[in-house]
Amino acid sequence: MITRGRRLPRWTPYAVAGGSLAVAEVTEKTTVVSGRSGVVLVAVATYLVASTAISAGVEGRRRCIDRLAGTLLGAALLMALIPLVLVLGYTVAQGMHRFDATFLLHSMRNVAEQQPGGGAYQAILGTIEQVGIAAALAVPIGLGVAVYLAEYGHAARLGRAVGLVVDVMTGLPSIVAGLFIYAFWILLLGFSFSGFAGSLALAVLMLPTVVRSTEEIIRLVPHGLREASLALGVPVWRTILKVVLPTALTGIVTGVMLGIARVIGETAPLLLTVFGNPSINADPFSGAQSGLPLFIFNEAQQPYPAAIDRAWAAALALVLIILGLNVAARLLARVASTVNRR
Amino acid sequence: MRGDRAFRLVVTAAGIVVLMILAAITIFLIVEAVPALRADRANFLTERHWSPDENPPRFGIAALALGTLMTSVLALLIALPVSVGTALFLTQYAPRRVSVPLGYLVDLLAAVPSVVYGLWGLIVLVPHLIPLSAFLADHLGFIPVFASNQTYGRSVFAASLVLSVMVLPIIAAISREVFLTTPVEQVEAAYALGATRWEMIRTAVLPHGRPGLVSAAVLGLGRALGETIAVALVLSANFDISVHILTPGGNTIAANIANAFGDAGTIGRGALIASGLVLFAFTLVVNLLARAVIVRHRNTLGAPR
Repeated sequence: MITRGRRLPRWTPYAVAGGSLAVAEVTEKTTVVSGRSGVVLVAVATYLVASTAISAGVEGRRRCIDRLAGTLLGAALLMALIPLVLVLGYTVAQGMHRFDATFLLHSMRNVAEQQPGGGAYQAILGTIEQVGIAAALAVPIGLGVAVYLAEYGHAARLGRAVGLVVDVMTGLPSIVAGLFIYAFWILLLGFSFSGFAGSLALAVLMLPTVVRSTEEIIRLVPHGLREASLALGVPVWRTILKVVLPTALTGIVTGVMLGIARVIGETAPLLLTVFGNPSINADPFSGAQSGLPLFIFNEAQQPYPAAIDRAWAAALALVLIILGLNVAARLLARVASTVNRR
Repeated sequence: MRGDRAFRLVVTAAGIVVLMILAAITIFLIVEAVPALRADRANFLTERHWSPDENPPRFGIAALALGTLMTSVLALLIALPVSVGTALFLTQYAPRRVSVPLGYLVDLLAAVPSVVYGLWGLIVLVPHLIPLSAFLADHLGFIPVFASNQTYGRSVFAASLVLSVMVLPIIAAISREVFLTTPVEQVEAAYALGATRWEMIRTAVLPHGRPGLVSAAVLGLGRALGETIAVALVLSANFDISVHILTPGGNTIAANIANAFGDAGTIGRGALIASGLVLFAFTLVVNLLARAVIVRHRNTLGAPR
C-alpha cells in the first residue's frame, strides 16, 4: 500500500543532483569527457542512475518507477523549452549587431550583398502593407463566416460543410496558398507579382484562424443578452450587430491580432506572389515588393557575414513584432475576461 | 423581416465564399498543372529527377514525396515523446501557478516564424550537429540508417530536428487540452486503489486521452509535411532516395517549390504546381483523418475544437 513503507526525504532530488554535478566535474578533469555538453550529459546520466538506485533500495520498485517517470516528464518539458531559449537568445544576441537606424530606415538599393550597411526599410514597409491588406480582406469575411456558424449554421447541412472546410483550411500548407494565388491571380488572370497578390495568399491563410477564434467568442456571449434584446422587439440582425458583436468585441480583436501574428512571418506564399525586391516599392498594387520574411530568407542564403548580420537583425524585428502582438492579445483577453465576470 | 433575411443572406454568402476558396484551390492548381504533366516525358509518379525545363522535360514526384514523408515522420518521432511528456508534466505534475506561464512559453514556440527557425538551423544548429553526426556515424554506423562516410551538417537529420521543434507546440497544446478532460472520478478511483501518480496516469489519463493523442500526432504530421522555408534553408537538397539520415539526401515537395521557383521556366512552374497538388492531397487526407478520429470519439473527449 502507498501509505506504508519508508520514503526518501524531500531534499533527496536536490542532494542527488548536486552530487551528480560534482561527479561530472571530476569526470571532466580526469577522463576523456570534455566541454560543457559533456559535463551536462554525464551529470544527467549519473542523476538518473543514482536516484533510481537509491529510490529502488529505500522505497521499493513502484515508488522508484513513479520517481523516474516524474523526472523524465520534467526533462521533456526542459527539452521543449531549450530550443525556444536558444532560438530567441541567438536572435536577440546576433540581431543587436545591426539593429540600428540605418537598418530600419534604408533599403538594399545599390548595396551589394557582401557589403556591410544597407537595411530592411523596403521589407518593413512591404510587410505592413501586405499584412494590412490581408487583414482588411480576411477580417470582414471571417467575421461573417463566424456569425453564420455561431448563429445560423449549427443544424444546417451547409453549416457543417463550412465548418469542415474551415478545419481543413487550418491545415493548408502556406506554400499551397501561394501556389494557388500564383496559378489563379498571376498565371490565369495575368496580373504581375505584387504586394496585393501576397495579401490575397495571406488572407487565405488568415481566414480560418479568424473564423475559429471569433466563432468561439460569439458562442460565449450569454443567451440572456440576446433574449432580452429580442424580447424588446429588436430584429435578429440588429441584435447580432448591436448586442452580440459589441459584447464580443475584445475577443474578436484578440482573435484578429493572433491571426495577424500567425501570417506576418509567412515566407513561402510571398516567394511565389510578391517575389522580393531590394529597392523601395511603396505601391502594393504594382510590381514586386519586399517583405521582412522574404528579406530574411534571401539574406540567410548569402555566404557573406554582412548579409547574415542583416538576416539576424530582420529576424529580431520580425520576432519583436510577433511577440508584441501576442502579448497585447493576451493582455486584452485578460482585461476582457475580468470585465465580463463583473 | 426583410432586414433579417438580408443579413442572413450576407453571412451565409460569407460561408459559401469559404467553400468556394477550397474549390478554387483545387480547380486552379489542376488547371495549371495539366499542361506541364502533358509535356512530361517521364512517369510523374515514379521518376526521381526534376528537370522540367530541359528538352525533353523529365520530372517526377518519387524522390520528393519520399523525402517529404521521411523528414516529417522522423520529426514526428522526435517530437511526439517530448511534447506528450511536456503536456503530462504541465497537467499532472506542475502546480497551476507554474503550469500556466510554462504553457504560454511552450505555445510561444508556435509563434516563432519558420524562416527564423530556418535561419537558426542553418547558421547555429548545423555546425553544432557535425560532431554529433560524426559520433553517430562512427559508433552506430553499422545500423544502415546512421551509415555515413562524410561528416556533413545539412542532412535529413538536421532538417527533421528543426521540423520537430516546429511540430512540438502543436502536439503539446492539443494533448494538454485532452489530458485536462480526464474524468475526475477515474483519477480519484485510481488513487483510492493505492496507485502512485505514474500508475494513475497509466490507468486513467493515457487510456482516456489516446484518441486525442492520435489526432494530435496526425495534425503535427500535417504541419511537418507542408513546412517549407525551414527545410529549404537547412536541407542540402538532392534527388537521391536513401535511408541514410546523416547524409545530405532527398528533398521535400515544399522546399523544392521554394528553391526552384525563382529559376523555373513555363513548364518548370507548371511542374511545381503539379507537385504542390500532390502536397495538397497529402495534407487534405491527413487533416481529414485527424478530424475523423476526433469526431468518432466526440463523446469521450468533451467539446471538440
